[in-house]
Amino acid sequence: MSTLTDRPTLTTATGAQYARLWGVGGYRPERVVMNAELVEAIDSSDQWIQERSGIVSRRYAAPDETVVDMAEHAAREAIEAAGITADSIGAVVMATVTHPYQTPAAAPILADRLGIRSAAFDIGAACAGYCHGIALAENMVRGGSAEFVLVIGVEKLSDFTDFHDRGTAFIFGDGAGAAVVGPSDTPGIGPTIWGSDGSNYDKIAQRDSWIEVKDSWTAVDEESIKFPAILMQGQPVFRWAVWGMAPVAQQALDAAGIKADDLDAFIPHQANMRIIDAMIKQLKLPSDIPVARDIAETANTSAASIPLATERMLREGQAPHGGLALQIGFGAGLVFAAQVIVLP
Amino acid sequence: MAQSEQEILAGLAEIVNEETGLETDSVQPDKSFTEDLDIDSLSMMTIVVNAEEKFGVRIPDDEVKNLSTVKDAVSFIHSAQG
Repeated sequence: MSTLTDRPTLTTATGAQYARLWGVGGYRPERVVMNAELVEAIDSSDQWIQERSGIVSRRYAAPDETVVDMAEHAAREAIEAAGITADSIGAVVMATVTHPYQTPAAAPILADRLGIRSAAFDIGAACAGYCHGIALAENMVRGGSAEFVLVIGVEKLSDFTDFHDRGTAFIFGDGAGAAVVGPSDTPGIGPTIWGSDGSNYDKIAQRDSWIEVKDSWTAVDEESIKFPAILMQGQPVFRWAVWGMAPVAQQALDAAGIKADDLDAFIPHQANMRIIDAMIKQLKLPSDIPVARDIAETANTSAASIPLATERMLREGQAPHGGLALQIGFGAGLVFAAQVIVLP
Repeated sequence: MAQSEQEILAGLAEIVNEETGLETDSVQPDKSFTEDLDIDSLSMMTIVVNAEEKFGVRIPDDEVKNLSTVKDAVSFIHSAQG
C-alpha cells in the first residue's frame, strides 16, 4: 500500500506552559463513628485499633448519600476556592473504587450536577487515584485538552466493608476531596513518578468478582448471599507501602529538583499511621516538616485521603498557601503515583 | 558470610530492641513474638525487613507467618545464609 503525502497537516492542541492547583475542597460526612461502635464484631478494643492504625474515629456517609453527592460538596468548595466558574472546566476526572455501578461512570453525573457538559470520566487507581488524576490533569492543561480540570477523590467505603474482618473493619472511612488544576506562569506540579505491580493484585482487592457473586443473588436463603467487600493482606501491604514507596517519594523529590528540607508539607495517602511513621523514618524526613495525619479522625478514605488531608492542613494552618508539598498515593493494583506540588 | 546462631540471636535482639524498646536479654529462643514479646504484625514486618538487611537474606511474606518463635527466626536466617 502506498503512503499518502498530500494530506493537509493537522492542527493540534496547545496548552499552558505550566499547570498548578488553583484550589482544593473537602467533604466529610456528618456521622462520626468511634472505634467503640466497631469493636464488638471483631472482638477488639479501641486501644487495639489505635495502636495498630492510629485511627480514633471515621466518618460514614448516610445510607442514601452517594459518592456523587459527596463529590459535589467537595467539587463546589474547590471551584469556589479556585475563584473560577464551573463552565471553565474542560474535564472532570473522578477517582473512586466505590461508585456502585460498573457503568455509567460517576464523573458525568457530577458534571451534570455542576451544570456542565465537559469531558468526564472515572479512573480506577484505588488509593493512588487522586495522584493519578493530578498527573493527568497536569498533562491535559499543558497539552491543551482542557484549560481547567476538576480532579475528585471520593469513596463510600462503608458500603464495601466486611465489618467482621479484623484486618479491615476499622480501617476504612467515607469522604470526598477535590482540586481544580489550571494554567500557570510558574511551575506548580512536578514530574509524576508512577507505576504498578499487578503480580500483587490480590493483596488489596474486592473479595469476589461480580461474576462470582452473580449466582448467589438468586439464592433462596439470605445467608448464602455474598457481597464482594474490599479486603487487604496487612503485612505484605505494609512492607510494600513503607520500603517500596519511600524510594518512590524520594524519586518524586529528585525529579522535581527539591530536597526534603525544602518541603513545607508531606501528604502521604492516609493508609495507616504506622505506615506514615515508618515512611517518614525511611525518607529521613526532617522532624520540623508538617506531616498530614488526618487519618486519626478520618481513617483511610482511599482516593479521597490526600485531598482531604490537604484541605485540612491548609484550613488549620499546618501548611502554608504557596508551600511545597510532596504527595504520594499507593494502593490496590498494586499501583502508585507521587509528585511535588505547590499548595494553592 | 554465614554467622553462628548465637550471633544471629544477638543481632535479632538488637533489631527487636530498636523496634519495640524491649531489653535485648528478653529476646530468648523459646519466646513467641506475639504471645511473649507482644509484637504485633506490623512491628513484626519491620523486624523482618531490618533482619533481611542486617543478615543479607530474603524472608518472603509467606514465610513470616511461620516464624512464631525467636528460634524459628534464627533458624530460618541461619539456613538462608547457607
